[in-house]
Amino acid sequence: MRHTSHKGAGLESPSIRFLRVESLLRRADHSRGNMASYSTNEFKGGLKVMLDGDPCSIVENEFVKPGKGQAFNRVKLRNLITGRVWERTFKSGESLEGADVVDLEMEYLYNDGDMWYFMKTDGSFEQYAVEKKALGDTLKWLKEQVAYTVTLWNDNAISVTPPNFIELEVVETDPGLKGDTAQGGSKPATLSSGAVVRVPLFINQGEVLKVDTRSGEYVSRA
Amino acid sequence: MATDWRPTASIETLRERARLLTEVRAFFAERGVLEVETPVLGHGGSTDVLLASLSLEATTPAGCERLWLQTSPEFHMKRLLAAGSGPVFQLARSFRDGEVGRRHNIEFTMLEWYRPGYSLEALIAETTALIHVVLGRDPGPLRQRRYRELFREVLGFDPFGVELDTLRRIAGVRGGLDMGAAERDDCLDLLMSLVVEPELGRDGLDVVVDYPASQAALARRHRDPEDGEWVASRFEVYLEGVELANGYDELTDAEEQRQRFDEDNVARRRLGLPEVDVDRRLLAALAHGMPAGSGVALGIDRLIQLALGRASVAEVIAFATPNC
Repeated sequence: MRHTSHKGAGLESPSIRFLRVESLLRRADHSRGNMASYSTNEFKGGLKVMLDGDPCSIVENEFVKPGKGQAFNRVKLRNLITGRVWERTFKSGESLEGADVVDLEMEYLYNDGDMWYFMKTDGSFEQYAVEKKALGDTLKWLKEQVAYTVTLWNDNAISVTPPNFIELEVVETDPGLKGDTAQGGSKPATLSSGAVVRVPLFINQGEVLKVDTRSGEYVSRA
Repeated sequence: MATDWRPTASIETLRERARLLTEVRAFFAERGVLEVETPVLGHGGSTDVLLASLSLEATTPAGCERLWLQTSPEFHMKRLLAAGSGPVFQLARSFRDGEVGRRHNIEFTMLEWYRPGYSLEALIAETTALIHVVLGRDPGPLRQRRYRELFREVLGFDPFGVELDTLRRIAGVRGGLDMGAAERDDCLDLLMSLVVEPELGRDGLDVVVDYPASQAALARRHRDPEDGEWVASRFEVYLEGVELANGYDELTDAEEQRQRFDEDNVARRRLGLPEVDVDRRLLAALAHGMPAGSGVALGIDRLIQLALGRASVAEVIAFATPNC
């Protein structure tokens, strides 16, 4: 068993504990995959492959060849662990092992101070423990019961992407200016998830706002 | 998802393409060059180690035979020259397996022509005139660059004199890959493709000459005036970082041609690549006698792409390979 199902949220159950240990153990074990390998001419945007031990997503693949010369492929790959884009050259016909990477929709449940827990939204109630490193910037956009895209590599969460728009409550900001609903000007507001965004002056503590997680910008009142 | 049946080139682009091909034909008609059509299939194929040929089995009066889809119309056109055709040109469908990309399509159109009695210089002049006509604008000044000088300028070393280990290291660093066991020409090709080519044909046409002798293919060789090193008598034309044409002072010696074919097949065996049937009829034609002269192959799809300002050859081909 790579992970386990359990009903109900918010409980630190033994099965969840088991899942976490199991998940950490599996990290050292990923090399035993039996994925297909892909040749340079099969490299397409979005294909997931292994490079230097890390799962990568192909961004771009360009075939280059002098008329009477050796053919190469210039490939841009995004390292799915670090998010960095690598540019590599391969001799045409070389191949890379496929990476067992899937994106799944999961609802955020809770955190126990150490790991963050998400649950599949497919009705299976399967839960995954996510490390802080994999959460990255998404940490400041976490809200219970909201669905996130969790990227799994060999069934371990390696990154979490928030929805493009999320509704969050203002927990702290300077008092709003009455009647000032049209003028420019902005002030910082701390949201329930911990993110700080610039909001118009008329926004008050306790209001729920719609925010764009990609730019970190205020969109409207919810 | 619905099956994508639509052309990769717009109908408007195909009209433009037809117009440009009409201009190409007019260009050669004015110059008294005969348009010919030669077979796409042949009993022999290109032995070139770096070209992957497609072949098929056909039922002929001789039984079941392997026939090769031509990687260029060269062999058949040379047989016409040997038979006394005089200058000939062709817009020929050609096939190179595995080549798909922004500038490549497995099935493509080669504009190839031969000029008995022409020097490379004369053919370079005619090639640039043709490019000018198809582009519909002046491509800018013509610069002739020796392969060796080009490497010295762009990369800072002599491609002929450099130690193999140094060359492998430079190629590996530039390409971000391990070239530790690579052949000399593979390293040079990598650097040519990744570093030199993108710089060529900016604000003008670059014509690269005097290639390494090992890259002569079907061209004659001559001695470099600088130090007597053998170089290939061929040229390539670049515009906007794109390789457009490849011209040769054509090899006419049947025995040397046979040797080069055989060396290719030996190299193919060593590399675990399939051997290609040698074109015996071409060798017989050369033995009979082919007039000395120059010939050039120009990727007309690429030139049309540049003329029309499109991003890839797929946009000027009705149905590109992924969609054919």
